[in-house]
Amino acid sequence: MTYLVKGVEIEDTFAEAFGMWGGRVIITAVSSKWAREAAGKMTGYATSVIGCGCEAGIERDLDSTPDGRPGVSALIFAPGKDGLETAMAERIGQCVLTCPTTACFNGLSAAEQASIGNQLRFFGDTHQISKIIGGRRFWRIPVMDGEFLVEEKFGVQKAVGGGNILILGEDSQSALKAAELAAEAMRRVPGVILPFPGGIVRSGSKVGSRYKFMKASTNDAFCPTLRSLVPTALPDGVNCVYEIVIDGLDLSVVEQATRVGILAACIPGIQRITAGNYGGNLGRFKIYLRKVLEEAVPA
Amino acid sequence: MTILTLRTQPQAPLEAGVITPDQFMSKPAAALARLPVVHGNEQACLGDFFAVDGEGSTELILNGDLSRVKWIGAGMTMGSVTIHGDSGMHLGAGMRGGEINAFGNTGDWAGAEINGGKLHIRGNTGHGLGGAYRGSRHGMNRGLIIVEGNAGTETGAAMRRGLIAVKGDVGDFAGAFMIAGTIVVFGSLGIRAGAGLLRGTIVAFRQTELLPTYRYACRYHPLFLDKILRELQSHGVAIPDIAGRCFQRYSGDFNRLGKGEILIIDD
Repeated sequence: MTYLVKGVEIEDTFAEAFGMWGGRVIITAVSSKWAREAAGKMTGYATSVIGCGCEAGIERDLDSTPDGRPGVSALIFAPGKDGLETAMAERIGQCVLTCPTTACFNGLSAAEQASIGNQLRFFGDTHQISKIIGGRRFWRIPVMDGEFLVEEKFGVQKAVGGGNILILGEDSQSALKAAELAAEAMRRVPGVILPFPGGIVRSGSKVGSRYKFMKASTNDAFCPTLRSLVPTALPDGVNCVYEIVIDGLDLSVVEQATRVGILAACIPGIQRITAGNYGGNLGRFKIYLRKVLEEAVPA
Repeated sequence: MTILTLRTQPQAPLEAGVITPDQFMSKPAAALARLPVVHGNEQACLGDFFAVDGEGSTELILNGDLSRVKWIGAGMTMGSVTIHGDSGMHLGAGMRGGEINAFGNTGDWAGAEINGGKLHIRGNTGHGLGGAYRGSRHGMNRGLIIVEGNAGTETGAAMRRGLIAVKGDVGDFAGAFMIAGTIVVFGSLGIRAGAGLLRGTIVAFRQTELLPTYRYACRYHPLFLDKILRELQSHGVAIPDIAGRCFQRYSGDFNRLGKGEILIIDD
């Protein structure tokens, strides 16, 4: 069953999302260029927990940072708290500590905390220095351009991963344009990241495979080239599909991103917008497209 | 709020360690007046010297020249003490929490062996600020001390943790035998700063002569200092802009571990 928003069919279905743990990392540097460089590296190869162990992305450029320098915030998500702590420590250690002029701060007030600076300090080989400033402990780790300043504890909290929408277009140009517009609108929602390249996925997946060693494989029902080979989910006239995966610090921001994304993606050339789910059997959260849109446009 | 106003100037030092929010909390005014103090070598009552206005609370306001009143706020764990006037020795010594705001000068040993909380002195203070009493293993162990005027000798001596910021000048032997923590001096630093320092940081915003047991390390911008200055700013302290400024780092004291540092701003 579908209904129309700005001439685009919205399927009355839900996105199935999963419980995750999330943390926010603030990276500052002498310039925006270097802060973004570090954040880009830190959030690289973090598109899906299936293959990367975590999902991460740059949240936004910051106007105000803990040390007053240019900075960006990034979000990291992982299925468990321990996994998140490991991912944060490894990524900050390999990608932020190593980057010229950077410093790294916690950006999330949460009851639960991950020990990050406390792990990275050992790189100082006994020359690290601790400072408690404003009740928070920081580590000064000597490096070749001076010192790397990193906060000891980072707040982590239960979060939501795997929210999604699927944009079904008549051709690749219109589908990509709609996906770009949706991603741009979604990125403006605080507490949300889109972990895939440019926020957009072309290789949506289904659970399992005909190959026993594969946990996930191509979402053949949405592949235009397989329309005549497998049961298809594509209406006539659809020749290209893009997915946008949404991770957020709580359900409300994922719903908000879903809403603004759908509304932005409703442009000429788009036939339908739907969402991926597994029948509601795997994920803890169900994000009904109709419900989130009704909150924006009361019937 | 409880208001204490000095009505009889003590002829000898008055030991009034009972003036803390912990002691005052929930006591009626009559009971507050009966709290014991030591005047010279004699026992006396708080009411012999102070007019008490209001029931006991965790917010104390003291008025008058209290330069002979010692141990105000000593060992307090919470609440606030505001002093409109000078105060005597050992102000806030050993305090563990809460906040003291002194709008005058203070005597020696202010904040000695403080273990938490905030001590903000708008005037000058004496010797031994945040320091260790003779025979003690360490001085200040946590918390924040801000002095907007000058401080005497042995500021932060043997301090273990925490932050001391002095907007004016500091006397000799600042941070002597310091174990860790941070002392920031915006005025001039006396001689022999950091003598016997184990770890910890002394930041000087004016050129100063160092002991020969300190060795030059480098010239750089210490990022943690931006955080410290922002923290001070959040407590209402006007701080200089150090954006783009570099500091000379000296390591020492090599008579001991040599893991401490003195940072001196570039000319």
